[in-house]
Amino acid sequence: MKTFPEIAHTELRDTQLRRNIRKATTTIRARTARVTAELPDWEQLRDAGQAIKQATLRDLDKHLLQLEERVTAAGGSVHWARDAEEAREIIIGITRRHGATRAIKIKSMTTDEIDLNPAMHAAGIEPIETDLADMIVQLMDDTPSHILVPAIHRNRAEIQALFEDKFGQGKLTDKPTDLTAAARLYLREKFLNTPVAISGANVAIAETGSVCVVESEGNGRMCLTLPRVLISLMGIEKVLPRFEDLQVFLQLLPRSSTGERMNPYTSLWSGVREADGPQEFHLVLLDNGRTKIMADEAARETLHCIRCSRCLNVCPVYERTGGHAYDSMYQGPIGAILTPQLRGYEKAGSLPFASTLCGACYEVCPVKINIPRILIHLRAGATDARRAAHAIDPETVAMKAALWMFASQSRLGAAQALGRIAQRAIAHDGLISRLPGPLSGWTDTRDFPALPAQSFRAWWHNRAHPK
Amino acid sequence: MRVSLFITCFNDTLFPQTGQATVTVLERLGHEVDFRPEQTCCGQMHSNSGYPREALTLVRRFVETYRDAPMIVVPSTSCTSTIRAQYPRLAAGDSALLAELDTIIPRVHEFTEFLTRVLEVEDVGAYYPHRVTYHASCNALRALKLGGAPRALLGAVRGMEFVDLADIEQCCGFGGTFAVKNAEVSTAMLTDKMRAVLATGAEVVTAGDNSCLMHIAGGLSRLQAGVRAMHIAEILACV
Ligand code: SF4
Repeated sequence: MKTFPEIAHTELRDTQLRRNIRKATTTIRARTARVTAELPDWEQLRDAGQAIKQATLRDLDKHLLQLEERVTAAGGSVHWARDAEEAREIIIGITRRHGATRAIKIKSMTTDEIDLNPAMHAAGIEPIETDLADMIVQLMDDTPSHILVPAIHRNRAEIQALFEDKFGQGKLTDKPTDLTAAARLYLREKFLNTPVAISGANVAIAETGSVCVVESEGNGRMCLTLPRVLISLMGIEKVLPRFEDLQVFLQLLPRSSTGERMNPYTSLWSGVREADGPQEFHLVLLDNGRTKIMADEAARETLHCIRCSRCLNVCPVYERTGGHAYDSMYQGPIGAILTPQLRGYEKAGSLPFASTLCGACYEVCPVKINIPRILIHLRAGATDARRAAHAIDPETVAMKAALWMFASQSRLGAAQALGRIAQRAIAHDGLISRLPGPLSGWTDTRDFPALPAQSFRAWWHNRAHPK
Repeated sequence: MRVSLFITCFNDTLFPQTGQATVTVLERLGHEVDFRPEQTCCGQMHSNSGYPREALTLVRRFVETYRDAPMIVVPSTSCTSTIRAQYPRLAAGDSALLAELDTIIPRVHEFTEFLTRVLEVEDVGAYYPHRVTYHASCNALRALKLGGAPRALLGAVRGMEFVDLADIEQCCGFGGTFAVKNAEVSTAMLTDKMRAVLATGAEVVTAGDNSCLMHIAGGLSRLQAGVRAMHIAEILACV
């Protein structure tokens, strides 16, 4: 299990990645800033989004039961999955029952969260990603590096070579229109000849039993309408009580994510309808750690996330490392708080520390999740876990020593005096250019100021008591 | 006005000149400065690094020290925001402590905030004939929402040639222990900050927080870039 700094070490050296991500995030940052600033009631919309999410989570059980009842009444089936394994079994079971050897998929982070694709392969079913970027990532046997733009780390030439290799359509150019035309030809065949589709869900409405998917390409619409069977996997926190709540999120989401005023395709369906779209609909409701997050009051608002990815696009850390450093389908600031809560500190304990707490994410999050606050909360959890696992934890020893020093003014004064003597060997011309141990991480690239001849408290004392 | 200076452990130990400058400016404006030697650290490092129980000890110490201080001025944006945003969370569950914080926190002000919002002065009578650029610091910008206050103070300094810093909302990559735990990512961020500073052609980069400045200056001096860092109080103290 590699930590964030370990993976970042490699990613930082990928100059192509650095340039792609910087270009993409700066472009999208400017666009989202523009379309959010143009709405006079943007702040009120954010407040409304936050308030709806808070209220919904308080009565989540009630809303979920109502959703189940309405979806069932409309001819759909609802399945409850406690964890990833149960969700995989349900989805693969349904696909098998229809004798399908392949299933088309709509962009969905939740299916990545439950590692659905490898399990489907193992079960002899080929999952086919149809979102353009997801398809590229899948065909390259790669992993996504951005919530919204999974292939953000790839460039056009790589994609041209990939399509030439995989599609059997002969030589292609690297013109975007030609590349998308080639992808369209390839995907159409899949849309028309695959009996089962698997999607995620952006929202479900309890009072109407409707499920909603928003997207830009229209490939999702194909998956939602052409196959006979549709399976939608949804985290339980995505439910909204009323239909009218939807209008808030249909404004917040596209403006924050792609920077569009409205996303090109909004699909909304309730159960099944004869001779119109899929004739069998399954909604799989996934817990997979969400009720545990809900029980932690200080972290609960993590579940407000609508996966718009705006926090990634403004994050200075993400902009340098890209998404792979987070080793998760959830990257950037939201990944840094969500992944450790889903997987535990043992597997993702370095993520809450992958932030300078600069607050850029909190400033823009459409549902006002206080990500820096949650990062600090999770740092305490990760630290406690580390302390419990090691008899002597060097950082804890150092922090305890610092506290002991800060707990007394005379000890602080003595430490300052001692430091001045101790630094004699390493300080030159007011600077320290090499520090020992873990602090060498600082001095590898930066000088550190030497302690001055006199601390402020000593100066003040001398000023107040002239000799 | 009687003003109590919370120097912060960091400035006390490494940047006494910032404290001296703060005293100079406040006294020049006719205020009486008091320094309580019991003060040590606000607890930011412990709180931000995952040691909230240890930080709570320092919250209590801060309350003990400043309980009766009419006004507390802090020449550090990050320590001010620690006190404002984190103290109530660290004290959660202790209603007596929370009640005390309720009365103390409104009296705590970051230095430039105190000048512009409490004293409502922008011209402190400074003269500083150098080319200067200003780094906003994330805490000034987002947590304290200081807006144009520091910029207005600098704008009133006579003789100064001020140059705006590009991408001012970008973090310098310091982030406390982040700079050590994620030293390489921190350096990548710092590189871009230094690029922006150097592009201004400034001789001095200033800010309201010596931790950002220590980071930026530490990188610049390693490159022999010929740019120095100075806390904004030190510029405002010059006549
Ligand atoms: S945390 Fe906020 S900004 Fe980030 S993806 Fe979720 S909703 Fe969007």
